[in-house]
Amino acid sequence: MQVLASVLGVFDISLDKLSNGELWLAQFFRGLSDGATYASVALALVMIYKSTGFINFAQGSLALLGVYLAYIFSVEQGLPVVVAVLCAMVASSAVAMLVERVFIRPFPPDHVLPLVIVTLGLLLIIDSAVGIVWGFRTRSLPSMFPSGAPIEWGIAQLTWRTIGNLGTVFAVVGLLYLLLSRTKVGLAFRAVSSNLESARLVGIRVGPTLGFGWALAAAIGTLGGALVVPDLLLEPSIMLRVLIFSLAAAALGGLDSMVGAVLGGLVVGLARNLLVTFLDLSELALATAVAVILVVLLVRPTGLFGSTRVERV
Amino acid sequence: MSAPYLEVAGLRAAYGDIQVLHGIDFSVAEGQIAVILGANGAGKTTTLRALCAMVSTQGSIRLAGEELAGQRTADIVRRGVAHVPQGRGTFPDLSVEENLMAGAYVRSDAGVRADMEQWFETFPVLGERRAQAAGSLSGGEQQMLAIARALMLRPSLLLLDEPSLGLAPMITRSLFEQLTAINAAAGTTMLVVEQNASLALGVADVAYVLEAGEVALSGPAGELAADANVRRAYLGY
Repeated sequence: MQVLASVLGVFDISLDKLSNGELWLAQFFRGLSDGATYASVALALVMIYKSTGFINFAQGSLALLGVYLAYIFSVEQGLPVVVAVLCAMVASSAVAMLVERVFIRPFPPDHVLPLVIVTLGLLLIIDSAVGIVWGFRTRSLPSMFPSGAPIEWGIAQLTWRTIGNLGTVFAVVGLLYLLLSRTKVGLAFRAVSSNLESARLVGIRVGPTLGFGWALAAAIGTLGGALVVPDLLLEPSIMLRVLIFSLAAAALGGLDSMVGAVLGGLVVGLARNLLVTFLDLSELALATAVAVILVVLLVRPTGLFGSTRVERV
Repeated sequence: MSAPYLEVAGLRAAYGDIQVLHGIDFSVAEGQIAVILGANGAGKTTTLRALCAMVSTQGSIRLAGEELAGQRTADIVRRGVAHVPQGRGTFPDLSVEENLMAGAYVRSDAGVRADMEQWFETFPVLGERRAQAAGSLSGGEQQMLAIARALMLRPSLLLLDEPSLGLAPMITRSLFEQLTAINAAAGTTMLVVEQNASLALGVADVAYVLEAGEVALSGPAGELAADANVRRAYLGY
């Protein structure tokens, strides 16, 4: 008992907190809400990883650009937030296609290392460009969902925003699934992911197909950004932090699984909120994400749902 | 005799600095089966890849009188050229059915479903596994799937790279019987690279022997099968 008390002491855990059911529930809801935002950016990462075999580090930056555009459209131009976010999704898709065409396509798609370096460069360039154009002052983007909470238990609130975030992520996964499994462009996309050479040999134009993947991923990333930013403040480094949590989510889910990305996002969101609250680790919130990545790589490199390719000889 | 369906002249191909084909000429008449023989490294696979613009080339490739050299792979496929590459010609993560749908990617006509059912009849084992991931099929089944995938294009020219690789002799024989039947029924022109020279020469109309990136011998398949040098080098008797 004494040992337990001293361990709790090290982490500054009070038993009052631990036995507070409402606090648990409150953090559970917050975790789900955060998790949904990580999940949506993780989905964008998984899209690119599935088709190209590398992590697009510029994913967060394209989302950042998208969120700034959403801010311009809504706060400065006065469009309704939902419309502004949709416009921003379209605009960031166009930018992503341009970026893919100019900076990615000149490199052979099967040489992953140069491409990863290019996406890292793009991350720095886009984040800095956003800072130069819009400055480093923080702004706030309104949420797409109404404020308030339909369900409350004391301090625990299931807010419209939490419900909206979760609903959005599940809707995105559903639509992505339909797009990839039921449409011709989806078939082309999966064919390119599965076997680049055979995809060429059946007449699929590989470059534009990958460009489509970038556009789709940028739209999803922008949507994810528009979910996460209202909880925080909009400034040029905001998506870098989100990217790290989303990377952890994607790694946990197995990098190439969309369902894995969503569950990974929710787990990371919950872990983060519970650890920060009950272990008083707010300074180490980011470290929890890195810890998740590390543990996954050590214990189960294919993540929870990652495919070890089935291939007979 | 009519003009050849596929006419290749002065075809050169290189991987980086390494020149693999040093200007080869050959032709295949419409509806014929041609076989390319040669030792490892002679440039057989490269020849097929060159026809599909999967490697950088110089020289002329005319299909039904139209120049293919300089066109991109996706456009050459739209001209009716299907290619079964060596080894893995399938999409391992896609189901058998989706593999065939991908094979018909450039087609927009209504006959795709019917064609798929037809190939499921020709290769019943594929029909039994239609919902299964292609990667879980055996080597022989995957080879059948790769060929069926190529036929879904309704190709006018079918390029086959070592279709017998890794197959049991019985399966290889029945595969070649299927290919000749398809050739007879649909009039599909075929260009086959094959290690099993006796089998390939048995079904082919014309044959070319490549040596170090050049055509060393050519002629009707029956004549080459009787040629003493070919017999010693490729047939082993």
